[in-house]
Amino acid sequence: MMLTIENLTNEIDGKAILKGLSLSIKAGEIHAIMGPNGAGKSTLAYTLGGRPGYQVTGGNASFNGVNLFSLEPHERAAAGLFLGFQYPVEIPGVSNLQFLRESLNSQRKACGQEPLSGGEFIKLAKEKAALLGLDMEMLKRPVNVGFSGGEKKRAEMVQMGILDPKLAILDETDSGLDIDALKIVGAGINAIMRKPDKAVLLITHYQRLLDYVKPDFVHVLAAGRIVKSGGPELALELEREGYAEVVAA
Amino acid sequence: MTTLSLAARPLPTRRAEEWRYSDLDALAAIWPTPAPTHIDVAAGETAHHHLLQDAGEGAAAVHDYVISIADGARLDFHLLNIGGKFGRVAFTVTLGRGAHFELNGAIIGSGEQTLEIITSVTHAEPDATSGQTIRSILGQRATGSYLGSINVARDAQRTDAFQSVKAMLLDRTATANVKPELEIYADDVKCAHGATVGELDKQALFYMASRGMDPATAKTLLLKAFVAGVFDDVVDEAVKDRLESAALAKLERLV
Repeated sequence: MMLTIENLTNEIDGKAILKGLSLSIKAGEIHAIMGPNGAGKSTLAYTLGGRPGYQVTGGNASFNGVNLFSLEPHERAAAGLFLGFQYPVEIPGVSNLQFLRESLNSQRKACGQEPLSGGEFIKLAKEKAALLGLDMEMLKRPVNVGFSGGEKKRAEMVQMGILDPKLAILDETDSGLDIDALKIVGAGINAIMRKPDKAVLLITHYQRLLDYVKPDFVHVLAAGRIVKSGGPELALELEREGYAEVVAA
Repeated sequence: MTTLSLAARPLPTRRAEEWRYSDLDALAAIWPTPAPTHIDVAAGETAHHHLLQDAGEGAAAVHDYVISIADGARLDFHLLNIGGKFGRVAFTVTLGRGAHFELNGAIIGSGEQTLEIITSVTHAEPDATSGQTIRSILGQRATGSYLGSINVARDAQRTDAFQSVKAMLLDRTATANVKPELEIYADDVKCAHGATVGELDKQALFYMASRGMDPATAKTLLLKAFVAGVFDDVVDEAVKDRLESAALAKLERLV
């Protein structure tokens, strides 16, 4: 099992959000989590990523046999976890290339590998930028500063391509994308992550991303717990019937 | 009749505004401070000066500059103030007609350091311009101060002056003092000043950590970005290297 979450509870500012969430993901699988606003979808992503303020109050999460919550956020990344942000953060004065090279070399150092040389890194960045149809010039600009919503999401996927994680948790990567960008991002996720030794947890409101990235399992998250799980047909049922109907059933 | 010699100048007290935040004990140890350095830029000339204030640990260093920039002349001054227990750099500048003064300065303080930049820029004639950009990074129990006054004489029409001052506090125990001051007697004048005191962006730090960057690297990168630009337009590459590497070395000790 790549990721096993058991009975996870958490709180933010003393308010309970996740209320006993359990989920298992094997290598080679793509899981989608859908659910109404306020169900705790983003909270799950941030809690697994280790965002400060997202207090784990019970349960556990094991990532390739390691207790995820015993690791600092940067150690989780080095262990192979990638968190795709719904709202990617702008960092004025730090270029994408600098940001990614420092990140990659920090990860390599943590894994006992030599840092990548400037030339090797640029070659890698070019390859992944081309995959997502992002102009290399964009990567010379400060992280996310002045990027449109769609450019930010593509840049996130370029980051994922360069960092080459084992597990990607993508929080509403489809939001803010038009149809063309959605196709490109979907194809990028497949090219980078659809592999026997990798797994993806897609968090989304809508079925449309799932037309491009076919999930093996779909889960419904409501009021802090997984209330229903099924195959890809569950996403279509949700789209047709609405959350209220499915959650109540 | 008695004459007060220079050596008998009394030690300043905190009652004097421009010494209000200073480390007067450290100052007493080196009082009286050396005579000011004079820089005179002749009409139409362009000059570049810089100072790396990196006095040894526990030392006190006071640098006074008295600067006169004649008609149509220009002075670019780059300053990095990082050394000693007490490090003070003061500028008294007088601008001629159409002259320009540009100060780009950074303060990086740690431990118990008190570091300050004091400026008094007088636009004595019309059409002169001045720009001051100061970035301070303060950690532990350090104090960093910028006190800057711009004085515009009655005839100094079309004066254009700005002060941009930003301070970053790394610890709750560090202190930043920022005091821009304008004294304007002309009526056709543009004077802009902006001052902010902030902390490292927590969201950016988490974003960087989520990509695998260790906290020290992430902080250093954000702080480098914060002071970036201060030494961008140093003409002499060797000087630029020296200022930038001294700043980086100090930053790396701080995070």
